[in-house]
Amino acid sequence: MKGKNSAYSLQLTAHGRSAPAAVAAAGRQLVAVSCKLLTASCHLLAISFTLFSPPLAAAANSPSNTFKLAEHCPPAFELRADGGCYLRSFYRQLPSLQNAGVGGPGTGLPAAREGFTPREIDLGRLLFFDPVLSADGSVACASCHQPQQGLADGRAQSIGIGGQRMARSAPSLWNVGLFNRFFWDGRATTLEQQVEGPLYAADEMGTTPAQLYTTLNAIPAYVDLFRQTFGTDNIALEQIYRALIAFEASLISLNSRYDLYAQGITEALTAREIEGMNIFRSFVARCAECHTPPLFTNQQIAVLGTPAPAGLAFDIGAEGPTGDPSQRGGFKVPSLRNITRTAPYMHSGRFATLREAVEFYNKGRGHAVPAGEKLSLHWHIWEPGLAPQEIDRLVDFLGALTDEGFRPATPAAVPSGLPVPRPTDSDNLQTAATGEQQP
Amino acid sequence: MKQSLIYLCLFIGLLATAAAPAADIKVKDGDSIQAAVNKARPGDTILIYPGTYKESVYIDKDSITVRGVIDEGEWPTMDGEKKLNDAILYSGNNITIEQLKITNYKGNAIMGQAGNNYVIRHNWVIDTGVYGIFPQFGKNGLIEYNVLSGIEDAAIYVGMCDNVDVRHNEVFNNVAGIEIENTRHAIVENNYVHNNTGGILAFITPGLPIKTTYDVIIRNNFVVNNNTPNFGAEGSIVANVPVGTGIIVMAGDDVVVEGNIISGNNTAGIVVTDLSFITDIASDPDSEPNPDRMRILRNFMINNGAKPVAAVRALALANFTTKGPDILADGTAKDKARGSCINDKDSYRTFGLRHWGECDMTTTAAIRSHRLDEPVPPRPIANDIERAKKVYSGICAGCHAYNVRMVGPATQVIQAIHRNNPQAIADYIAAPVRKRPDYPEMPPQNHLSADLRLMVAEYMLSLDK
Repeated sequence: MKGKNSAYSLQLTAHGRSAPAAVAAAGRQLVAVSCKLLTASCHLLAISFTLFSPPLAAAANSPSNTFKLAEHCPPAFELRADGGCYLRSFYRQLPSLQNAGVGGPGTGLPAAREGFTPREIDLGRLLFFDPVLSADGSVACASCHQPQQGLADGRAQSIGIGGQRMARSAPSLWNVGLFNRFFWDGRATTLEQQVEGPLYAADEMGTTPAQLYTTLNAIPAYVDLFRQTFGTDNIALEQIYRALIAFEASLISLNSRYDLYAQGITEALTAREIEGMNIFRSFVARCAECHTPPLFTNQQIAVLGTPAPAGLAFDIGAEGPTGDPSQRGGFKVPSLRNITRTAPYMHSGRFATLREAVEFYNKGRGHAVPAGEKLSLHWHIWEPGLAPQEIDRLVDFLGALTDEGFRPATPAAVPSGLPVPRPTDSDNLQTAATGEQQP
Repeated sequence: MKQSLIYLCLFIGLLATAAAPAADIKVKDGDSIQAAVNKARPGDTILIYPGTYKESVYIDKDSITVRGVIDEGEWPTMDGEKKLNDAILYSGNNITIEQLKITNYKGNAIMGQAGNNYVIRHNWVIDTGVYGIFPQFGKNGLIEYNVLSGIEDAAIYVGMCDNVDVRHNEVFNNVAGIEIENTRHAIVENNYVHNNTGGILAFITPGLPIKTTYDVIIRNNFVVNNNTPNFGAEGSIVANVPVGTGIIVMAGDDVVVEGNIISGNNTAGIVVTDLSFITDIASDPDSEPNPDRMRILRNFMINNGAKPVAAVRALALANFTTKGPDILADGTAKDKARGSCINDKDSYRTFGLRHWGECDMTTTAAIRSHRLDEPVPPRPIANDIERAKKVYSGICAGCHAYNVRMVGPATQVIQAIHRNNPQAIADYIAAPVRKRPDYPEMPPQNHLSADLRLMVAEYMLSLDK
């Protein structure tokens, strides 16, 4: 036991109790530990701990050690001899110019994050749905990235711990394992950078590395699951991140009716959708210039000049992380896959419907830029003069980009025993009702 | 037995497909070009006879030739009437488009979306909106013997491509004549580029997903009298092109300018500059802004700079003249560190070339083409058994695992019910009904053709793990 830190011994003390009790113990211990390290933060931690206790007690009868991690890969992946799960898609046989993963219907994907083990992915799924990852046990990743809401949350601006309303909407997580730029303002270029963002942002999940470390190591079920997954007795922060990334990278949506069309199954699209596709890629509408197949994003920063919702200040976007005034109001071009599932639209959720979002581009360059703002608007923002029926066809086509066939199953329970976040809207509960994989 | 029979039939079907000789499909005035494209199989040629065709045509299949038949000077004409977006959009490989007159579209005459091995030649393009000929994301292309005018951006716009030759074209009365943008391995030669705002541009646009331009040869072109006032749309990048510019190289690397006749361009014959040249778009830290290793070999340059735009006029005044130069290096293009060079520097009027040395070469003549020796290979998508596997793993496997319940019943369970009856599965998936109260209803797959559904059903029944 030489060299074990206090967090680990804490985990030993907690062993054998029900998970919520263990978490409560961890919380108390955390306050004690942190107070030694950071006296100034004691007061805040104590408050958060007080908030943290009641739901745990309420959930005390949840199972703690009945979790069994999947031995098979998620359906978009195949298990290879090295024990890793590798993405399977017809797009993988296709090349792309300069390996950039942008082009047309016959273009391959950008590099994929893959090779995670089935256990890493499934452990990540449990973590993803577990509110114990937040400072007060109230918010899980899945609170804002709900499988039933296109892996977003249906809100214009997301709500973090303590009911704090954020400035931006939750981006969908579909296909993030194929991305190289993350967050609306593009401030991360790897999932490793991304994954720490929401965990430690004060208005999102609000936890700290020390709290996360201590809390998870105090839950025997997690210690056991991490041991099964990584072969270590002690949960490391990097293992938590890796499992979350493994799960994020498993969220694949590449089998829409459009994708059938791209494979030469032309009857998969209706005449109206094909008409919309041709408007989409025409140089009048220019949608495909930034929402480029196959991911329907070129992953660049674009300054659009969308109007801010009432009561919200103008969002400077990418100028924040880069300090570059020419990127003021710039945001990462989002993927349009499953776009019908992720209303409202734009970084601020300003547009309630897809039609309104499309209409924005038809209303003239800079029409919604606030007085006094000087923005370097993207050159493709112009006045395409689309007819109303052309806008309808574009919306028709966007509907052909929907594929939630590999929607992740919501676990019935999570190792902390805390309540699993449930959808804010019950319009589509198929997976929630039946998606749990039976052993 | 039944399964092998089905495979046998499919096999024969494939043989028949492969054996089908390439056909000519004739399109006459009043017919639809798109209907012919829909009917065409790879290898076919669509012959378009004189007449007026008011449609937008898309080609999402490989190896199609669209060829106009010009009859005693009568051209087949695609006319967008300023209502239609693009005349021809293609994404297939091995697309050839030739001998069409295309006019009055709003977007493009011919736009490629990641089609490789493209050939676009002998087309007559008049005012087709933003661009004339615009291959994008394509590898290995040829653009030759086209005549284009009246385009509000670039007449020939090679954007994010590799390995392309642009030769023997005439481009005039456009904002930009020929653009090589975020593209590698291009030759622009033997073109007549006159009366545009700017003639030939090789450059990097920041903020695009493919970031570089390099290995471009601009040679043996006539670049003459490009003095048409800029009529680019507000906010477009091309609206930055100074009127009276023959050749602009912005941020591109390893660009060679050789053997051109560059005359009568009122601002400057050649401008070499960095990305600070355009000021009103968001910067991109991933775009390298400097023009490196530019080589200006022997060119014929007279009468350039007669009436320079204000910024160049200011530079001229600093050089004690009112005329613009033959060659202008601006921004970091002036720096010794860029490694640029010029032959016979003293025979031209130049600004900013003080640190440019003599080149170590005199000609690129040994390089005949930047196209590939072998075409880009075909894409591995075909209507065969492999496709059934792809459909199964892509769609079915999302809900049906082999031996465990997922969203739908396990594959083993379905196999037990329909062991010898793939047709029953093929029919069911076209119009599913709810059979089990504790499972959701399956979404219909009737967008798959009957034969593909049957192939997928066969495949599902053949699985053993």
